[in-house]
Amino acid sequence: MSAPRPTVAVIVFPGSNDDRDAAWALHALGAEPVLVWHGETELPSDVGGVVLPGGFSYGDYLRCGAIARFSPAMDAVGRFAAEGGPVLGICNGFQILCEAGLLPGVLRPNHSLEFVCADTTVRVERTSTPLTSRCTEGQRLVIPVKHGEGAWFADDDLYAELVELDQIVFRYESDVNGALHGVAGVCNREGNIVGLMPHPEHAVDPLLGPDDGAFVIASLVDAARDSTLAAV
Amino acid sequence: MLVRPKPGILDPQGQAVEASLRQLGFSVGDARIGRVVDLDVDATDAKQAREAVERMCQQLLANPLIESYEIALKADA
Repeated sequence: MSAPRPTVAVIVFPGSNDDRDAAWALHALGAEPVLVWHGETELPSDVGGVVLPGGFSYGDYLRCGAIARFSPAMDAVGRFAAEGGPVLGICNGFQILCEAGLLPGVLRPNHSLEFVCADTTVRVERTSTPLTSRCTEGQRLVIPVKHGEGAWFADDDLYAELVELDQIVFRYESDVNGALHGVAGVCNREGNIVGLMPHPEHAVDPLLGPDDGAFVIASLVDAARDSTLAAV
Repeated sequence: MLVRPKPGILDPQGQAVEASLRQLGFSVGDARIGRVVDLDVDATDAKQAREAVERMCQQLLANPLIESYEIALKADA
């Protein structure tokens, strides 16, 4: 008899557009995804993981993610993360986490000022997070990006600190958007929140292209399953 | 309020606009692009209004990692 599917919440903001892709990928890899509207004040009681999906929440008005970070659901996500729950922020989700101060740095307009939509190669820099546990150190993943504001930035002191504390999780193999030192994804101090600009949820089915995104999604499903079991 | 990119922060938008202005024949340099936010604040006095607007800038209107802000208050007649 197979284990029950762990519940993973996908937060839906006005303007999110990759929420159902994330739900589809999570389901394909063994989770029970639940779409949670941004106005909800609580996550499902049995939630084992959270995804903040890609899209254009609030039309990217003011700054990407600047308004979505104040959604009621983000308080619940913050509490879940503070308890050690695994949180994955993809693209706009990464922007929201940075604006919320849950992840370090900020995402800025691509230096070319062009929207980039392409498969990119990222290198996994850290495997000791619940979002990269299925990866190997230095593994290359081919995952699509599609963004106009993906250039991650931090000042020199913050960047040095993040390198010291092993909070850089993914780097682009070659420059994609002008991100400082090619940073494609970072984690928080505790390592349970990871944000990345590439879209692993778009790369889980070999029928449609590279499927390296499955390493990230499956890591999250593992973590959600472990945390659900631990709660029993 | 005026929100500007901090000095030293790369501003590709400003660079693109500067290049366009040069193409139009203007001799310009160091173009930087920010944003203006105009709003009415309910407050008992200017001090209270300014404090509220400061908090608005810090919480939402500017990202302190990359932006600085300037506040200009105009009292209603």
